[in-house]
Amino acid sequence: MQYINNIRQYGLLIVFGIICLIISLITPQFLTISNLTIIVTQVSINALLAFGVTFVIITGGIDLSLGSIVAVSGVTSAMLAHPDSYPVLIPIIMGLLAGLLMGAFNGFIITKSKIAPFIVTLGTMTIGRGLALILSDGRPVSNLSDSFNYLGSGTVLGIPVLILIFILVFVLCSIILNKTILGRYIYAIGGNEQAARASGINIDRVKLSVYSISGLLAGLAGILLASRITTGQPNAGAGFELDAIAAVVIGGTSTAGGRGTMAGTLIGVLLIGVINNGLDLLNVTSYYQQVVMGIIIIGAVVLDSLNQKSTS
Amino acid sequence: MPESGKQIIRVKDLNKSFSGIKALDSIQFDLYPGEVHALMGENGAGKSTFMKILMGLILPDSGSINFNGELIENMDVHKMLQKGISMIHQEILMVPELTVAQNIFLGREFKGRVWVDEHQLDQQSQELLNLIGIDLNVKTKAKQLSIAQMQLIEIAKAISNHAKVIIMDEPSSALSAKECELLFKIIKDLKSKGVAIIYISHKLEEIFRIADRITVLRDGKYITTKNTNELDKNSLISLMVGREIENLFDSDSRVPGNVILEVKGLTKKGKFEHIKFQVHAREVLGIAGLMGAGRTEIARAIFGLDKIDSGEILLKGHKIEIRSPKDAIEQGIVYVSEDRKALGFIPELSVIENITLSNLKNFSKRGFIQTKKETKVSSQMVDDLKIKAAGLKQKVINLSGGNQQKIVIAKALLTSPALLILDEPTRGIDIGAKHEIYKLINQLANNGLAVIIISSELPEILGMSDRILVLSKGKQTAILNKQEASQEKIMHYAIH
Repeated sequence: MQYINNIRQYGLLIVFGIICLIISLITPQFLTISNLTIIVTQVSINALLAFGVTFVIITGGIDLSLGSIVAVSGVTSAMLAHPDSYPVLIPIIMGLLAGLLMGAFNGFIITKSKIAPFIVTLGTMTIGRGLALILSDGRPVSNLSDSFNYLGSGTVLGIPVLILIFILVFVLCSIILNKTILGRYIYAIGGNEQAARASGINIDRVKLSVYSISGLLAGLAGILLASRITTGQPNAGAGFELDAIAAVVIGGTSTAGGRGTMAGTLIGVLLIGVINNGLDLLNVTSYYQQVVMGIIIIGAVVLDSLNQKSTS
Repeated sequence: MPESGKQIIRVKDLNKSFSGIKALDSIQFDLYPGEVHALMGENGAGKSTFMKILMGLILPDSGSINFNGELIENMDVHKMLQKGISMIHQEILMVPELTVAQNIFLGREFKGRVWVDEHQLDQQSQELLNLIGIDLNVKTKAKQLSIAQMQLIEIAKAISNHAKVIIMDEPSSALSAKECELLFKIIKDLKSKGVAIIYISHKLEEIFRIADRITVLRDGKYITTKNTNELDKNSLISLMVGREIENLFDSDSRVPGNVILEVKGLTKKGKFEHIKFQVHAREVLGIAGLMGAGRTEIARAIFGLDKIDSGEILLKGHKIEIRSPKDAIEQGIVYVSEDRKALGFIPELSVIENITLSNLKNFSKRGFIQTKKETKVSSQMVDDLKIKAAGLKQKVINLSGGNQQKIVIAKALLTSPALLILDEPTRGIDIGAKHEIYKLINQLANNGLAVIIISSELPEILGMSDRILVLSKGKQTAILNKQEASQEKIMHYAIH
């Protein structure tokens, strides 16, 4: 399976390369260190969500609550991050905890009630948005400490902290998916849940884990977003889940489950970033950008299904 | 056979390769109206690929196909359906929420002025079923049908399509003896109307009963075409496997050891009640009974897939509670399901990944999989069980049925069980692989494993079991010793 996955990934990589080449030929500003840094920084929040939801989608599930979790965790951490209140670790831990709890809640309800993940996470999406507004009283939470803001805007050895976290999370997620028992079980459940159960796999525990991971990474994304815009916005993150799912799908992960890779999601995330950036540089208005993005999502899935037919 | 009639299908030098591997090598085939032509070969011989080409599902690399004397080019499914080729698939595709009539005429509904003319739909379908001899209300929803009924409906559908050629792929595998008789009667009627039938089956008795001619494929190559009366079972088997198989079961006599599993008063309302038996180490216990007698349900309950209402399960003398397959596997009980596709393997995972799936903890440290160890043990299993795959990384979905079954058994064995439950272990598997699986079961039992075999094939039950538990309508009617058991006796207790 590695072999076929490789072919598919290279296919995507080639498309990605061609698009980069075209954009760099049209606009010389594209292929500069500063522009590339901007792209990676811009996509890093979406990347965290996309990596998390990749696990969920490979099990055959979906998580629509990501954007709301971003808001809850952003508001939670911002409220604890005023200057001279708590050490910076506290808002970070509480933000992560908020995300983890919401993810675990998704997983718990999905495994215990057997209700479709689409419905459960749609519910959590609304609950989360409400919670963020309740916590913040509907107002943006500002006046955050410098050390908290450093996460979203600081650099280490000239590299933005955001990018470092992005890379770290990618590596960790790849290891979980490819090298651990959990990763193998995730593929097994998405490939054939009944057979996985009959093989002695504790399905509920695996599902609880993937939704928790997805929530935790959304929590991390929420903290980083609050830090980057130096405000905990209760309305932040609306629609983020769809961008994340789009990146996963472009990356070749099957929404039916059982098939997909982290590397594919990485390329999907970067592809979206590059195209948005390229269209920006070409002064294409954001209205057109949305149309282009939609076409790319559908095109990627069509290509993938053609690819599937020819390899099977 | 009928040299008089004109061939309806004529295939010459058909070739097809998949990623460099020859799946079909110069296949020759012809078919006359009104003949039943059996296509025989082990799994992986190329039968399915060949049928897919005839159906227009895949294109051949080279070779020619004539239909009614006309060379067919650029085949596709739609074109072939129009020409009158229909296929009854092993796996049936019916829309569960639609009625029988709606399914039969799916895509060909009668239009009223605005709505579909349901009345005409029902009437025509009922006439069709009556004509064939299927006793069924056409307003029944498909989800309420048994697999056997669906299979017969599929045939009705093909007839209503005015099919000139009907391909039947293992049509009898889910049918009871009575339903088989009906199938054969339908086939006879079709023959007399000039319909040609390509018949694929692993059941040799059937082939000799209904086929006019037999074409044998082996490893993708065309071997021969003969009139059925020129062959007997043994000569056909040796053509298929390329060697003689002497004793299919070659079971040894062995002395059973201690009691491994004991169940007492096992009851699940509506499925089975008061089941009581023991299985010993170094023993094969067969469970026989008609379809619906509760065989599979008992196995599922012992393995923790279904809950029981009452009763006790004892393993090596200790009462155990099993709430999930995970519990069962940890206790040393493992179950190989009759439904490989649904419960057996993960199609998108590789050979290795499937084999180690039930026992990954033994191939890992702190949650990380030790790939080297995993590969080593899996390749040993692949050798031991003679699993034929392009490599350990090949996806299991691309293997033949017999090899998929071996993968599922390999996975079960790797959990080092004390009790192995095999449910229809050789269903849909060719004779060569069957023989190997029987050898393996004997070897495992001789080495001390307790084995339960559930099977609808009486020769298999009789050939493999040391003792035979017979069920009838959820009740245990007899436990027979190997010496006293016979087909007649088992049937006597099965219809008790």
